[in-house]
Amino acid sequence: MKLTLEVWRQNGPADRGRMVTYQVEDVSPDMSFLEMLDVLNERLILNGEEPIAFDHDCREGICGMCGMVINGVAHGEQRATTTCQLHMRHFEDGETVTIEPWRAAPFPVVKDLVVDRSAFDRIIQAGGFISVPAGSAPDAHAVPVRKDDADAAFDAATCIGCGACVAACPNGSASLFTAAKITHLGLLPQGQPERDARAKAMVEQMDVEGFGGCTNTGECTAVCPKGIPLDTIARMNRDYLKAR
Amino acid sequence: MHYTVGDPIKDAKAPEGPIEDRWDKRRFSAKLVNPANKRKLTVIVVGTGLAGGSAAATLGELGYKVKSFCYQDSPRRAHSIAAQGGINAAKNYRGDGDSIYRLFYDTVKGGDFRARESNVYRLAQVSVNIIDQAVAQGVPFAREYGGLLDTRSFGGAQVSRTFYARGQTGQQLLLGAYQALERQIAAGTVEMHTRHEMLDLVISDGRARGVIVRDMVTGEIETHLADAVVLASGGYGNVFFLSTNAKGCNTTAIWRAHRRGAYFGNPCYTQIHPTCIPVSGEYQSKLTLMSESLRNDGRVWVPLRKGDERPPAEIPEDERDYYLERIYPAFGNLVPRDIASRAAKNVCDEGRGVGPGGLGVYLDFADAIRRLGQHAVEQKYGNLFEMYERITGENPYNVPMRIYPAVHYTMGGLWVDYDLQSTIPGLFVIGEANFSDHGANRLGASALMQGLADGYFVLPTTVGDYLAAGPFGEVDAEAVDEAVGQVRSKIDRLLAVNGDRTADSFHRELGKLMWDYCGMERTEESLRKALERIPELRKEFWENVKVPGDGEGLNQALERAGRVADFFDLAELMCVDALHRTESCGGHFRAESQDADGEALRDDENFAYVAAWEFQEEGGPVLHREDLNYEYVKMTQRSYK
Repeated sequence: MKLTLEVWRQNGPADRGRMVTYQVEDVSPDMSFLEMLDVLNERLILNGEEPIAFDHDCREGICGMCGMVINGVAHGEQRATTTCQLHMRHFEDGETVTIEPWRAAPFPVVKDLVVDRSAFDRIIQAGGFISVPAGSAPDAHAVPVRKDDADAAFDAATCIGCGACVAACPNGSASLFTAAKITHLGLLPQGQPERDARAKAMVEQMDVEGFGGCTNTGECTAVCPKGIPLDTIARMNRDYLKAR
Repeated sequence: MHYTVGDPIKDAKAPEGPIEDRWDKRRFSAKLVNPANKRKLTVIVVGTGLAGGSAAATLGELGYKVKSFCYQDSPRRAHSIAAQGGINAAKNYRGDGDSIYRLFYDTVKGGDFRARESNVYRLAQVSVNIIDQAVAQGVPFAREYGGLLDTRSFGGAQVSRTFYARGQTGQQLLLGAYQALERQIAAGTVEMHTRHEMLDLVISDGRARGVIVRDMVTGEIETHLADAVVLASGGYGNVFFLSTNAKGCNTTAIWRAHRRGAYFGNPCYTQIHPTCIPVSGEYQSKLTLMSESLRNDGRVWVPLRKGDERPPAEIPEDERDYYLERIYPAFGNLVPRDIASRAAKNVCDEGRGVGPGGLGVYLDFADAIRRLGQHAVEQKYGNLFEMYERITGENPYNVPMRIYPAVHYTMGGLWVDYDLQSTIPGLFVIGEANFSDHGANRLGASALMQGLADGYFVLPTTVGDYLAAGPFGEVDAEAVDEAVGQVRSKIDRLLAVNGDRTADSFHRELGKLMWDYCGMERTEESLRKALERIPELRKEFWENVKVPGDGEGLNQALERAGRVADFFDLAELMCVDALHRTESCGGHFRAESQDADGEALRDDENFAYVAAWEFQEEGGPVLHREDLNYEYVKMTQRSYK
């Protein structure tokens, strides 16, 4: 099939950026979205043009490195899918597809579709861990964990840190990302000693980074490739209020 | 390419005495660094996967000044994150007869008697500490209703010792290590450099003293000096272009260290995973693994007749060949990875493969669905079926899956001694980047175990012992200039060619060549062909590659070209190693060395050694043999019939 792509090109943080139109032909329905861009980039290189910069690594939906806004939706319209797992069979021959980077002030554009998500790492640095130096752990069976809690903690822990939640949120909030970690660790007995301090520090760091507040729009969970539930945010707010 | 034979490696530095006491002995004999001095010592760690992330965090906790590097935008992205199945540990929580000795035994045997006994025993010993550590960090392993940890069994073992977190064990363990690392970054003990790629190693006075890196955002070439350097940069499966590795995985860090004097151990040992989604077209950029657990219920088959193009449902039972069940009645569809992979290749070579290009076999769940019901199959494998459908557009509940083997893991890597130190003093290598514990074949759920054993428990002790012998004096400024010069000139050369082929197109061609000639089955003829063709292709690369843009700023095409250049050199060494090892063992199958039934035939008399290759600018690599002695596990031929 043939597609028309409207792609955001921006040479660096100082550049204003613009949409540029590309025609791509011979798109196979079995290609992944990123493979379609690979093919375009190969052509651009041979034509002496600058290829489109985009982040990607594992290409199997788990590293969280890829992410673009496709036709106005973070990671595209397929639910529970990262950009690298999106396949071209979901597009129509002759369609025009727009491709943009995550847009949020705390995620400045590095180049084209590549953004700087280091704010997420700093939120984790603020308290997204359990303090247990290597070698100091008791036997793994010393503390049993209710299966329900372990399963719910796992569901929250599957967050891949891609940032789609921020890109989709009208407020540019990082609440779903932050809440996922607070929920994961706060549900487990091992996470209790630091639970209050963790919630307080992580929420405050989120504000320092310039992410917006949560108004329960729910766009974040709708685009989340791992389906992190919205009620984690309620839990974060509870923990934060208690800690404050 | 010729090679020469150098002195054997006499001493891998494992302590003597009963095997169960060796690690204790080593820990006690290791010199300590006092806390005030630790603050003055810098350790560089390259890579932030399970090995590098856990090592950097632990060294930070101990009080060293750590500098950590990764090419991704965050340390959490390292490819350990994609490991699905689980992590082995000799906890014996099931009371099913497991023990440290049994895990040791299974790993030595699974590695086809090509790993060092002392190392493997230590790995089995510390496996239990890893689970404790991970649980304390909040890794949400699967649990039973009583609140205790669940385990499952995995290939190559008869006990249930694999701990798991659904199909995302690697992700959860990596996030544990990542969080520990971020905690140290916040504490100021670890300085993190993301989007930085190591391009050379600095050696001063014979010791590893730093790295040259490129800031991938600004393009700046930076020098970072240290008292010791740890490489945890992963495996080199991407030499085949198509593999289950992440796109960015590359050999540059270890290859540059190899060129600086670190021996490369067993480069030809490659693991091919039998259950991956087949290639669908020319544009294919990577391959996706489907968990091996599918073989518990799926039946593997191909049409009996060559060129049978009927849809699978129209092929009657008596015209199907369930070849694994036929050839290996005892293990059937559950034979180890190397055996299942080779059998699939054989039936496809006979022209009986299915799907595009005839490179696929069916993995059929129709029987399982009849026997257990669709709901039960969904419960067990639902997420995998979904993943398959997402990629192929086919529903595996109705149509059998198509699978084909793909490169998955490299057992080879930089040679290290018992202390995980390479042949360059002060250069330590951990995780998949070293050659160590898996011999010629890695068992399922053992990669995560080894990465974390190295990073959390082994390296922090042995690095301390090395550093205690310091200080090592000023770093030679000329050595730094020389290394920076090398890096710059390679970048300039790549940018100057301005030919008419992309780096990816060369990489694809190299990968295809390696897959055809140095893949699942190797022959003297195929390897000689590869050794003839690789230098030609490399020459063409350096004369005709086109790298757009310049070295300033983000240039992903330049990054790729630099990695491909190193893959060429590594590919050649892999073929030399594969050619010289005329036996078959584990993942290395030489067609000339098989028994009457077509099974891999080891040659213990001539090849019970580690092949450690030394780089030489002229005259080809130099082979140093490290003999392997088996005092505890008796060498036997593996049989799965």
